Amino acid sequence: MPEARTGSQLDRNRSTLLAQAPRRVAGTALSLALTFAGLTAVTFVIARVMPADPVLAIVGDRAHQDVYDAVYRELGLDQPIFMQYLRYLGQLFEGDLGVSIMTAQPVLDDLLRFFPATLELATVATLLGVLGGVPLGVLAAVRQGQWVDHLIRVIGLFGYSVPVFWLGMLALFVLYAKLGWVAGPGRIDIFFDGMVEPVTGLILVDSALAREWEIFRNALGHLVLPAGILGIHALAYLARMTRHFMLEQMGQEYILTARVKGVPEGGVIWRHAFRNVLVQLITIVGLTYASLLEGSVLTETVFAWPGIGQYITNSLFNNDMNAVLGGTIVVGVCFVGINMGSDLLYRLVDPRAR
Amino acid sequence: MMRRDPLLIVDGLRVTFDTPRGPVVAVRDVNFVLGREKLGIVGESGSGKSQTGRALLGLLARNGRVAARRLSFDGVDLLRAGEAERRALRGGRIAMILQDPKYSLNPVMTVGEQIVEAFRVHANVSRREARLRALAMLEAVHIREPGYVFDAWPHELSGGMGQRVMIAMMMVPEPDLLIADEPTSALDVTVRLQVLALLDDMLARRGAALIFISHDLNLVGSFCDRVLVMYAGRVVETLRANELRSARHPYTRGLLACQPRVDGDGSDLPTLERDPAWLR
Repeated sequence: MPEARTGSQLDRNRSTLLAQAPRRVAGTALSLALTFAGLTAVTFVIARVMPADPVLAIVGDRAHQDVYDAVYRELGLDQPIFMQYLRYLGQLFEGDLGVSIMTAQPVLDDLLRFFPATLELATVATLLGVLGGVPLGVLAAVRQGQWVDHLIRVIGLFGYSVPVFWLGMLALFVLYAKLGWVAGPGRIDIFFDGMVEPVTGLILVDSALAREWEIFRNALGHLVLPAGILGIHALAYLARMTRHFMLEQMGQEYILTARVKGVPEGGVIWRHAFRNVLVQLITIVGLTYASLLEGSVLTETVFAWPGIGQYITNSLFNNDMNAVLGGTIVVGVCFVGINMGSDLLYRLVDPRAR
Repeated sequence: MMRRDPLLIVDGLRVTFDTPRGPVVAVRDVNFVLGREKLGIVGESGSGKSQTGRALLGLLARNGRVAARRLSFDGVDLLRAGEAERRALRGGRIAMILQDPKYSLNPVMTVGEQIVEAFRVHANVSRREARLRALAMLEAVHIREPGYVFDAWPHELSGGMGQRVMIAMMMVPEPDLLIADEPTSALDVTVRLQVLALLDDMLARRGAALIFISHDLNLVGSFCDRVLVMYAGRVVETLRANELRSARHPYTRGLLACQPRVDGDGSDLPTLERDPAWLR
């Protein structure tokens, strides 16, 4: 009987899936290690072949030849590049990313200071984008061709095409300088700076943990504008993509099936179509978040936000290769981490990917 | 027990789609009366047979419009019924089976979830009870291990199993009219007959009427009581199924003639001829 066979076949499929779990974890770990090796190798080579002299950056252009040579050897630059890379990897595993020339501090300490600023900004902006953009996209798709749809599409076009620095300046001018509704550039008023113990480095979280609500409010006031502006950008993009995915799903046969069953329109939209849209959205949201974590140099510059985008850019201009390398690795790790996260979520949501 | 009133009255049905290049009439002046019987609608692609079925459910594409002199289902005027009333009919009293379970089942919901949903849309039953009834329904469509299939995802099913699941899901609310739109076209020939036999059995048990939409005149002829032959949005001929061979309309004769026959002489099959005069 074909039915009986298929039943036990399902059973077998499930048990093999379970048996494969350890192998799958091992596979993921291996691909992670390879990705990481590739990432560090490429960034390291690029940093070393740049026509910038790291020795000169340290000793200055008036140093004596002996001093120059000593530093040259101390940095290991007399070794072949492969050995230099291995040495860098070794230090990396001990948590030593070298010293930044620009800040004269260990790169790791710099990153621990700058990265949370970006993390805070990117997370809030992504949340705004998802919470606003996804429902708007669904609404636009459901009301396709009606004025709501047109309005949302105009907002989307505006949010996506208006230059961030222009919108940022305008917002600062109106909302901060003229109306005084929000706080100005920077992460926090100087008065409050360093008043909460950095646990996570995220001021909102740290001040909330310490129950310093005045500091929390102040930090929030500083965060609102840059996060809002990056958030509008993300919102516009996500609304557009959600609308597109949603329209695609609403045209599928299974939607007709649900309507034939008499499922109310709300159920058709959210329980049927949106669950399929979710599968596609995971990737898009992940990529949006990752690109925001890279640090948005323009926004960070306009709002004097001490984030990783500014840090990497300034290091680059100053030939501060240790800092550039460290920053790049952090960004790379973010990308890999988010990719893995969305892969996991993807498997959770889409049974076909398991 | 047979009711005296016909179940469905379709009088002067017209389906129009508004397109950027002006209105396109997909179905024009279709009339039929349906009792508790099996009615086949046959025609080539674009003849309007599927749109006729969807118009009865009120599920045309967004740009579609229905007009008719009369469209009534068991005393309910479908032209005047509001959205809530129509939704109550859909699934509850009129159901539809679509062509390919690969596309007509939601890929990210388990089979069980989708059948249970069909119960819970119309009846206020507990999750547990809905589950038990869904399992019974799967058994009724001859699925041997209902427990496994209940928890399975649509992509884990074969085409035949998928279509059985679809039948189970649509028969759940015990409809009076089932519209089957090419229900076996996506299936292997061997599975086709099993599914049809199952469909027949389910309909007989429930005493429900069937509208069987297909392009396959011989299949419909052997399965249904009566056949409407549609061409370019019109019904060109209505026949009793056992009188197919004596069809008079040239289009029906053409459809019959272009089927290959095992005992034929092996010569080229004739091309279907169409005459614009039929539309007048």
